[in-house]
Amino acid sequence: MTNDHDRPDAIVSVRGLRTHYVDRQWWFQRLRGRQPAAVRAVDGVDLDIRRGEVVCLVGESGSGKTTLGRAILRLAPATHGQIFFEGRDITGLRGAEFRRLRPKMQMIFQDPHGSLSPRLRVSDLLTEPYRIHDVPADQRYSVAELLEMVELSATLAEKYPHELSGGQARRIGIARALSLHPDFLVADEPTAGLDVSAAAKILSLMRSLRASHGLTYLVITHNLRIVDYLADRLAVMYLGRVAEIGPAEQVLDAPAHPYTRALLDSVSEPDPHRRQGRRRLLLPGEIPSPKNPPSGCSFHPRCRFAEAVCREVPPLAEVDSRHLASCHLSSKIRAAGTPV
Amino acid sequence: MTDDGRIKNDPYLLEVDGLDVTYHSQGRALAALQDVTITARPGEIIGIVGESGCGKSTLSAALLGLLPPNGEVTGGRALYQGRDLFTLGPEERRRLRGTEISMVFQDPLTSLNPTLTIGSQMLDVLRAHSPARADRAEARRRIVEMLERVGIPDPAARLRSYPHEFSGGQRQRIMIAMALLLEPALLIADEVTSALDVTLEAQILQLLCDLRDERGTTILFITHDLGVVAQICDRVVVMYAGRTVEEAEVTELFDRPLHPYTEALLASVPSRRRRGSELPTIPGRVPSLAELPEGCAFANRCAHAEPCCGEQRPRYVEVTGQRVRCHLYDPESGHANLRQPSAATTGRKEQP
Repeated sequence: MTNDHDRPDAIVSVRGLRTHYVDRQWWFQRLRGRQPAAVRAVDGVDLDIRRGEVVCLVGESGSGKTTLGRAILRLAPATHGQIFFEGRDITGLRGAEFRRLRPKMQMIFQDPHGSLSPRLRVSDLLTEPYRIHDVPADQRYSVAELLEMVELSATLAEKYPHELSGGQARRIGIARALSLHPDFLVADEPTAGLDVSAAAKILSLMRSLRASHGLTYLVITHNLRIVDYLADRLAVMYLGRVAEIGPAEQVLDAPAHPYTRALLDSVSEPDPHRRQGRRRLLLPGEIPSPKNPPSGCSFHPRCRFAEAVCREVPPLAEVDSRHLASCHLSSKIRAAGTPV
Repeated sequence: MTDDGRIKNDPYLLEVDGLDVTYHSQGRALAALQDVTITARPGEIIGIVGESGCGKSTLSAALLGLLPPNGEVTGGRALYQGRDLFTLGPEERRRLRGTEISMVFQDPLTSLNPTLTIGSQMLDVLRAHSPARADRAEARRRIVEMLERVGIPDPAARLRSYPHEFSGGQRQRIMIAMALLLEPALLIADEVTSALDVTLEAQILQLLCDLRDERGTTILFITHDLGVVAQICDRVVVMYAGRTVEEAEVTELFDRPLHPYTEALLASVPSRRRRGSELPTIPGRVPSLAELPEGCAFANRCAHAEPCCGEQRPRYVEVTGQRVRCHLYDPESGHANLRQPSAATTGRKEQP
């Protein structure tokens, strides 16, 4: 694989990462002479994220995108494979060493209210990371500085989370992540549940913070409009594996995997003129259970292009420079015409 | 899509005119809906868009007669096939719900009873509304047929499944099947795709379109997603702070938004065109019901606001086939920068 592997400018590298959750009753299955089933949430992912880049991770729910994001931050277990941060293997890092690393890689959680303690005021929520990591006073931002960074009024400092709107709570989550001067942020569905205008504000904020703080983002989303606006590179996941990865515009304009194509076709186009005359390929059925993925190419049961060759697992192969797809028929898919 | 010529001459199925709804809370009267005006012809899909708190859900509750005890219709009327819904007695209202007007909610898991099988819940719907059709075998056949129509695989066997045994997309399909069981003429769909993946969303939207084409069901489609609106709606009503601010054919609205709020809403959708630049956003936030201004509710966030906007309530004026509640388009408002929209000046593309 020749994606962007082993590049010296990679801030995060993932090699052969698997997160398998084993059934809690595995011993019971064994007793009955069965192989215990594992949920293969992430099933062999290689990924490099370069410094300053925005990589978007898309896929349906159940594709493993959130688990991958959490596993990179060591918030989900890595059952196989390695995770490198700034060239250093952090897969097994523990204790004080790991704690020293944590400030550099932070997460913006999907549910802003669920991730803020309802009993703390905004000012305490914002300084909590400093207490946890015992940050000396001269390296701390003030509460007012943090609020300003996320474009919130200083008067919010004395409020409790339930007094905040969804957009405000999301900003507090971003400010908390920023408080420790991180280099790398994983944002899980940063605009989920927000109104159009509130979502636009969050996206604009993320874009400007990237420039001012030199941030690298992994953005997990199912919203392809966000990808179009924000992403440098796009990785499409299906059943725990990367189906397609490449420069965002290239993947969106000339998808090489039928799953990407179907995702793009499913997006409701807000411009009625662009919509007219467009042939939509709707994806039938739903994503199978990662407990028992289909054999061969895991996408073949839903794929309208599937042929005999799809009984074999396709490799993630290059279709264009830096653009890889895991499909036997990728050249045919690209020739079949681009969406929109 | 339905033929425009036919649709325009049909009488209205639903005509909401000047609807006011007030909530009584802690001794105060809060105007949740003010002067809401919406019309729907048979077979139309009407999009109702707006941000949270704009009154979309209050509107559907009022139409169904399901307002909470502290909510009250304080003005206006809602004619359904010529009859005012708000003057009907409770028994008549109840009979209308389900058989004539039906609703699909956002969250299928909380709208389905987790302790009953899908089959028995759907049977209840039939029994409650049509004792004449209480024949069990006949009822079962209709339920299976409807589940099959909405795309539940092997429906006969799945009648005995409980809601948790279905996936999210399937549950939403079941809700739609249940709402259509009594073949209502009007379906209110409240954020039905908001919780679904794009792939499932596309499937559900397709299903709703097909059902409309087959049965001529009129659909009020409540959503905050402008993409979804463009995808399936014939006409769109934009709501802001409990008021209808603009109404237009869907292509007109996207080509030529009139109200400054609609303009701002359309501009804030992220897209490649905006890549690398700041997304235009609307300053401030929606006023709470307790602090609604005398005049235009959008005035404090509007780039074109003038003193008259804060003082007088804008009228709902007709402008080249669209309706808009904004002083910019009302010659009598006294606004200094009146707009004269014409199709030619906005670079609008011709429709095939």
